[in-house]
Amino acid sequence: MKKLIAGLASATLLMSMGAAFAQDKSKVCFLYVGSKTDGGWTQAHELGRTELEKALGDKIETQFVENVPEGPDAERALERFARSGCNLVFATSFGFMDPTVKIAAKFPDVKFEHATGYKAGPNLATYNSRFYEGRYIQGKIAGKMSAKGVAGYIASFPIPEVVQGINSFLLGAQSINPDFKLKVVWVNTWFDAGKEADAAKALIDQGVDILTQHTDSTGPMQVAEERGIKAFGQASDMIAAGPKSQLTAIVDTWGPYYIKRTQALLDGKWETTGSWDGLKDGILTMAAYTNMPDDVKALAMDTEAKLKSGELAPFTGPIMKQDGTEWLKAGEKADDGTLLGLNFYVKGVDDKLPQ
Amino acid sequence: MISLTLTKRPQHSSLFSALSPFIAFGITLVFGFLLFLFSGKDPFNGLYIYLVKPLAEVWSLHELAIKSGPLILIAVGLSVAYRSNNWNIGAEGQFVAGALLGSAIPIMFPTLTGWFVLPLMLILGMIGGAAFGAIPAFLKVRFQTNEILTALMLVYVIQLFLDWMVRGPWRNPEGSNFPETRAFNPSAVLPEFLPSSGRAHWGFIFAILAAIVIWFVLSKTKKGFEVKVLGASPRAGKFAGFSSSGMVYFAFLVSGACAGLAGISEVSGAIGKLQPVISPGYGFTAIIVAFLGRLNPLGIIAAGLVLGLTYLGGEAAQFDLGISDKLARVFQGVLLFLVLGCDTLINYSVKLSFGPRAASGKAA
Amino acid sequence: MEITEAILLTIATAATPLLIAALGELVVERSGVLNLGVEGMMVMGAVSGFAVTQLTGSPWIGMIAAIIVGALFSLLFGFLALTLVTNQVATGLALTLLGLGLSGMIGESFVGQAGIKLPSLHIPGLSGIPLVGRLLFGGDPIFYLSIALTAGVIWFLFKTRAGLTLRSVGDSHSSAHALGIKVIAIRYLAVMFGGACAGLAGAHLSLVYTPQWVENMTAGRGWIALALVVFSSWRPLRLVLGAYLFGAVGILQLHAQAMGFGIPSQLLSALPYLATVIVLVLISGNRRLTMMNTPASLGRPFVPDR
Repeated sequence: MKKLIAGLASATLLMSMGAAFAQDKSKVCFLYVGSKTDGGWTQAHELGRTELEKALGDKIETQFVENVPEGPDAERALERFARSGCNLVFATSFGFMDPTVKIAAKFPDVKFEHATGYKAGPNLATYNSRFYEGRYIQGKIAGKMSAKGVAGYIASFPIPEVVQGINSFLLGAQSINPDFKLKVVWVNTWFDAGKEADAAKALIDQGVDILTQHTDSTGPMQVAEERGIKAFGQASDMIAAGPKSQLTAIVDTWGPYYIKRTQALLDGKWETTGSWDGLKDGILTMAAYTNMPDDVKALAMDTEAKLKSGELAPFTGPIMKQDGTEWLKAGEKADDGTLLGLNFYVKGVDDKLPQ
Repeated sequence: MISLTLTKRPQHSSLFSALSPFIAFGITLVFGFLLFLFSGKDPFNGLYIYLVKPLAEVWSLHELAIKSGPLILIAVGLSVAYRSNNWNIGAEGQFVAGALLGSAIPIMFPTLTGWFVLPLMLILGMIGGAAFGAIPAFLKVRFQTNEILTALMLVYVIQLFLDWMVRGPWRNPEGSNFPETRAFNPSAVLPEFLPSSGRAHWGFIFAILAAIVIWFVLSKTKKGFEVKVLGASPRAGKFAGFSSSGMVYFAFLVSGACAGLAGISEVSGAIGKLQPVISPGYGFTAIIVAFLGRLNPLGIIAAGLVLGLTYLGGEAAQFDLGISDKLARVFQGVLLFLVLGCDTLINYSVKLSFGPRAASGKAA
Repeated sequence: MEITEAILLTIATAATPLLIAALGELVVERSGVLNLGVEGMMVMGAVSGFAVTQLTGSPWIGMIAAIIVGALFSLLFGFLALTLVTNQVATGLALTLLGLGLSGMIGESFVGQAGIKLPSLHIPGLSGIPLVGRLLFGGDPIFYLSIALTAGVIWFLFKTRAGLTLRSVGDSHSSAHALGIKVIAIRYLAVMFGGACAGLAGAHLSLVYTPQWVENMTAGRGWIALALVVFSSWRPLRLVLGAYLFGAVGILQLHAQAMGFGIPSQLLSALPYLATVIVLVLISGNRRLTMMNTPASLGRPFVPDR
């Protein structure tokens, strides 16, 4: 027992020394909703964190907590961050929004950044990625590659980000083939390889010949590979699961953003922002265009270049809503406010949007 | 051959009853020590961060109350059910049902303010949990349907219902279409009980009060005796004139109401709105808490705090030491096994013997 | 025609892991033991099956490893619940907790690797029979195992002396003990069989269903298996019906969506659970039938007095 107490005492000493030592470097902390090896959303953020360490490792240190449920647990973890000397905190899930707002108000000296949310503050920035730009390229490819003109879309939850993706994909496809149709299956999960695979099979059995997913596991890609049809990956490059199937994938690359913001912190220039970056900023990248003829590949690369230069914006009129009424007049561009609250389909989606 | 022999003690050992948690805890310490050692961390520091540090800071004690509150409140209710032999494992669903019904007030009448709002929500929360608990009770009494299964199935159903409500009818009209309800107005938020030092809310107080009340009912009243008799032997209970179907309802209504109260307290006190997922499995973890506390409401308070501590410690170890959260969960699992195993000593004496078994009967 | 066949095949794939895990648990419960740790044993089977496959390059060895690991992991439950007579409900839940943590740890280095699928059977002539050809003659090996296991369990439980012994232990351990039956030993064997089955079911997930490893990949299927056992009122044939019914509702709701029916997906997702409750009520309405099959000693600990 005595030994234990002695040990504890020495441990306390060590820790306080460690804390004193750590003050030299800035600390950047990450809150993850999933496992850092989930092969999808959280893993992409974890990659961003390691990139950040690589780039600025001599000036900062990073820490993280994974698998944190959205709610009071997130609030506790954030408070722990703030109390442990984190200077900059990235909360990487939509559901962390209100906890982050609360803790940011309580610790005004700590900078917070919240992914995909819409509430900001003097020391709370938000950041997001225009995933839908990648979907548009995918749609173009699908328009060329699908013989039947019907694609299947495995969707997670009917939030604006997912609805943007569905619409953007279909608009891309319709720019090639105006009669292109889209079948949507909602699986009500971000991550259940088995259920996603079942949805993929159901869609293929219902006659789609190209698949895309807005869920994070490689389950659908494996099914596509097995059934010999083409598919698009999501969140990370899924080529290992579908070497003969994957056409391309939307790859979330948070690293450049994390480096940029941390550098701003080090320079004393960090300011609250609401950034919604796209392909041009490198926050999302397209995996190699594979398994397609050269002309389709050229088209895809051309589309990517035009999206980057701003010459092309997916949500540019004329666009009809699903019910046939007009959404955007010819040449009119959708504003970000509408997009961030998008809750309707464009014409050609063979599904009723869950309300 | 090594063999373990259990002999039932003539009466349960109060010595081991008191000692067994400490034995379990001691072995857990050794196990944790080795675990940290093998993962290349300083074991003393590791154990300190895991088990002591969360208790050494005031804010962290508040967090412990927030985490343990729902576990204790649900488990206390479950103790009534399990003692009376009613296997309610659907507390997670009753938690959600209570949260849903209680939240109806601030969501449907967002401008309603006044002292009566909160009590009304809490009562509705209890009614919601109890009513949802009454479904498996009714099916058990009326159709003899196994309550373990129906209660469990209904968990999934109500979770999906909550999901649908927050994405559909109850979605925040000003929330950019995201799946959550509007935030509760201040008079619908359960207050913090020591706001100067941390954010623990009244849910924890409810849990302690419920534990004391139910402890009193179980150990000092005729109803408690009825629970005990019917739990031990339904036939004996019948002879004593107790209604076993009445007990089924009683057990499910009480445990459902407790879970429902925990649900509305969590939503109102800690989250402040409804969202697709409002519980990280409290209803299931509470089953373990109930048994760790040996189905004794006062023991359950201790068990809930210990389990809450392992969550906080696991998170701290992950953050401070970079220990994987899976390791923290394994540690938790081992602790549970040890506590359960050591409790055997209360009712049995265990003899470890070497060499051939002297037991009668056929050879193994 | 083609689509019906495809749907049947998908349903079979979805039902197989449920059926296998539930068959194991059925035998466990018939011996009077309630092991709520199915989810934990299943996820351990999934991770070890995948890990061993990646290390050896052979999914067959992986499958066998999953069975062995499932059985060994169940011994932990057995030691506590049978030897130390701890509460079975709590012990089973703790086993699940431990299994989910441990599997995450073991699997950490295998995440994201492309798996190797257990090869499906292919008999050129027969697999081409319309409607059922691919189902009966072109399925995956574990699907056939599930059929064989069902037949084996029925034969064992109702046609052999050992099966009779096991059932008598489940119905009344004290009278079985009085007859000189080794109650604890039999329950140990049953628990290990349950573990082995859960392990095999897990292997189906990581070697056939979606050949990969992801954390918590069982996603609640162990709990469904438990529910199915009660649903079947401890009858293997009814278990097959339940597993396929459950699989079918899950798959058909996806098809309903793909066809563009505007029904809330949450309602469709809830259907399998509601259906289980309803069918269960219908079955238990027939009181005599249910009572007859319920192992009377289920969940009650046994300590031989000497």
